[in-house]
Amino acid sequence: MSFDLVIVGVGGQGTILSARIIGEACIIEGRHVISAETHGMAQRGGSVENHVRIDGNLGPLVPIGGADMLISLEPLEAIRYGHYLKKDGILISNTVPIVPPTVYRAGTLYPDTDSLLLSKFNHAKICNANILATEAGNVLAANIVLIGLASPHLPFEEENLIEGIRRSVPPKTMEINMRAFELGKIHNEEMC
Amino acid sequence: MLHKHLNPRWREIKIKRFMLCNEAIARGSLEAGLDFATGYPGTPSSEVIDTLSTYHDRNFYVEWSVNEKVALENAIGASWCGLRSICVMKHVGLNVAADPFMSLAYTGVKGGLVVLSADDPFPHSSQNEQDSRRYAHAAKIPCLDPSTPQEAKDMVKYAFCLSERHEIPVMLRPTTRICHARSDIEIDDIPKESRIGKFAKDPKRWVLVPAHAKELHKKLNKKQGKIIEDLSSTPFNYSMNRGETAIISSGVASAYLRELIPDGVSFMKIGTYPIDLRKLKAFTERHKKILVIEELDPVLEEAVRMVSSSEIIGKMTGDVPLGGELNLNIVHDILEKNGISPKIRYEERDPEEGLPKRPPSLCAGCMHQPTLYAIEEVFKGDIYPSDIGCYTLSAHAIDTCLCMGSSVSIGSGISHCEERNVVVTIGDSTFMHTGIPGLINAAYNDAKMVLVILDNRTTAMTGHQPTPGTGENISGTCKELSLEAICRACGADLVETVDPYDFVAMKEALHRAKAKHGVRVIIARHPCAIIEKKRKGEEIPFEIDVKRCTKCGDCLDYGCPAIELYDIKPIINDLCNGCGICSVLCSSGAIIRREGR
Ligand code: SF4
Ligand code: SF4
Repeated sequence: MSFDLVIVGVGGQGTILSARIIGEACIIEGRHVISAETHGMAQRGGSVENHVRIDGNLGPLVPIGGADMLISLEPLEAIRYGHYLKKDGILISNTVPIVPPTVYRAGTLYPDTDSLLLSKFNHAKICNANILATEAGNVLAANIVLIGLASPHLPFEEENLIEGIRRSVPPKTMEINMRAFELGKIHNEEMC
Repeated sequence: MLHKHLNPRWREIKIKRFMLCNEAIARGSLEAGLDFATGYPGTPSSEVIDTLSTYHDRNFYVEWSVNEKVALENAIGASWCGLRSICVMKHVGLNVAADPFMSLAYTGVKGGLVVLSADDPFPHSSQNEQDSRRYAHAAKIPCLDPSTPQEAKDMVKYAFCLSERHEIPVMLRPTTRICHARSDIEIDDIPKESRIGKFAKDPKRWVLVPAHAKELHKKLNKKQGKIIEDLSSTPFNYSMNRGETAIISSGVASAYLRELIPDGVSFMKIGTYPIDLRKLKAFTERHKKILVIEELDPVLEEAVRMVSSSEIIGKMTGDVPLGGELNLNIVHDILEKNGISPKIRYEERDPEEGLPKRPPSLCAGCMHQPTLYAIEEVFKGDIYPSDIGCYTLSAHAIDTCLCMGSSVSIGSGISHCEERNVVVTIGDSTFMHTGIPGLINAAYNDAKMVLVILDNRTTAMTGHQPTPGTGENISGTCKELSLEAICRACGADLVETVDPYDFVAMKEALHRAKAKHGVRVIIARHPCAIIEKKRKGEEIPFEIDVKRCTKCGDCLDYGCPAIELYDIKPIINDLCNGCGICSVLCSSGAIIRREGR
């Protein structure tokens, strides 16, 4: 059995990096992993999904209704991809919206994601990852905050996950990223 | 910890790295002793050449060619000198390279030659869902169809050997979900020594005149049996007899099936073409009912139907979709509908309806947007043939997009039949790729049109590969080719260059072109916003002064992703790259540069 993870967000938010960190942690622990990435056209500000199957040695896509965890860098995307989760799967999400330009053009409304995140998901851990990342030193580390928030629920030894981060981010950003990881992790403990 | 059952399984293994499949293919080629690599960028294939370009002190040659035909012909040249070569493209690129590809099996090769053609089921980043296995079949070239990234790497190494052994090119045909899968990949050493090319004259082989072609075709036909024999013994094909019903599958679909197939149902995985029909027949004879599950065209299914009289279920019976890509849920449902209960069941979950969509869009500050917006203003109601590139994401001035380079010739075709003005747009890389013959033809045949070359100094969509107009190639600085000189030499009646960030000048240039006759070329030149940000750093962004904003919506119509509607008024978000176009468009002067920083 694999631990199936879906990481979603908006093109450019760093979903691929998050998936890489998980993959590197698998390599460190000597486990099979396969992930599916979004490249090319869809990356230009579109909605992107990355699938990671830990201990998976088969197809790269996580089935709908089969994910153990959904990590979302943007709340609307958490709702868009919510159906990937198993009923007892866990959602890890940023609460900071990015309003798509279509909201203006199609005259639709951006939904009230704050309450949807809590009502739609049985297990949801959410935070304002942008504020925590800014506190850590750079708003771009929001994805690492979420990895920290997810860390107690991921099937890795923490030190290996941290080594996964070290292998995936530019060395000079490691300090900020470590702080971001810790802030996410502490936030989790506070929620429990 | 929540998931204690997922204990790490420490195993004794070779060194493994977490690699993108395309990186693994590049690595595999090097481990096989690659000497020469060419390609033209195209999703999902681009990262193979991108990866090769990151090896410094390389003892192999690598280039981004201007299109797939010349890429393949360069690789053929190297192979005929005895070097191991790879040529990388996406499926529609193979259409461009089809001319050399279709005759290449006749002459054959010397050094191993692998043609990688990446297919794009769904399609995620392409204009169609063609199946490269059809091309391999038509050209009588063997084809390897990987089902996992590790298999893709193993296959590329094998492909070089097979190619050399039978002196025939070999196609590697991964799909998007293979190319862009990242996995734990086994690493071997890369040999240090490299070959030196030497062309041995042999007119009976290398000069494909009819008299030689007749003989070479006979030889090619004769090779096929031996090739099938070799392919048949590879681990890329296997079967398990477990019951009366069987499933036959290939590519990524076979990975989904291995996960879902229950005990008691037989399984055959095909990874190489031409298919060994004798083995296939023997397998099908053991089974009453056979499901064939594959992506894209029913290539496997046709083979099964050719040799078997069992009940066959697949695309031709409408049980497997003819388009799009497969996934575990779809395969799960196919099995269930056909009386096979899948080993794993998934909970029924429906996607949330009615959410605002988030399609990809042009970047904030992209030079395409002011250019296209100006075209729409100056040539209101006219016709805008366009091409392949980031610009097709724009909401402005895009009427057609068919294939690389087609804008110029479709445009001149329309101009011969229509009263309205024709304003063609094409990117710099696409123009170099296959736009030039269209321009020569337009000038030669007296077309009346405006051609705007969107010169963003890169091949942006596929990951910012260099183009011949930039003075840079894969290895560094090189000769800079002048678009202006090329267009003049092609017979353009007017050639003007303008920076579209100067919106007023952009419009003036278009007005001047509108007033003239013949084939008029405007080169709209400004670097891609992403490249410029990397080079120059962040610009000071703009903001909207709420007191002056009349809520007219003009800035929103422009369609920059940095301008959003918040409650009922527009605001500029953090994506703004400070290009300043919106401040020119705002008639109330409400958009101003943020103060200080
Ligand atoms: S990548 Fe460059 S060319 Fe493409 S949309 Fe962004 S700015 Fe425009
Ligand atoms: S200045 Fe205006 S048009 Fe340019 S990026 Fe910023 S918001 Fe978009």
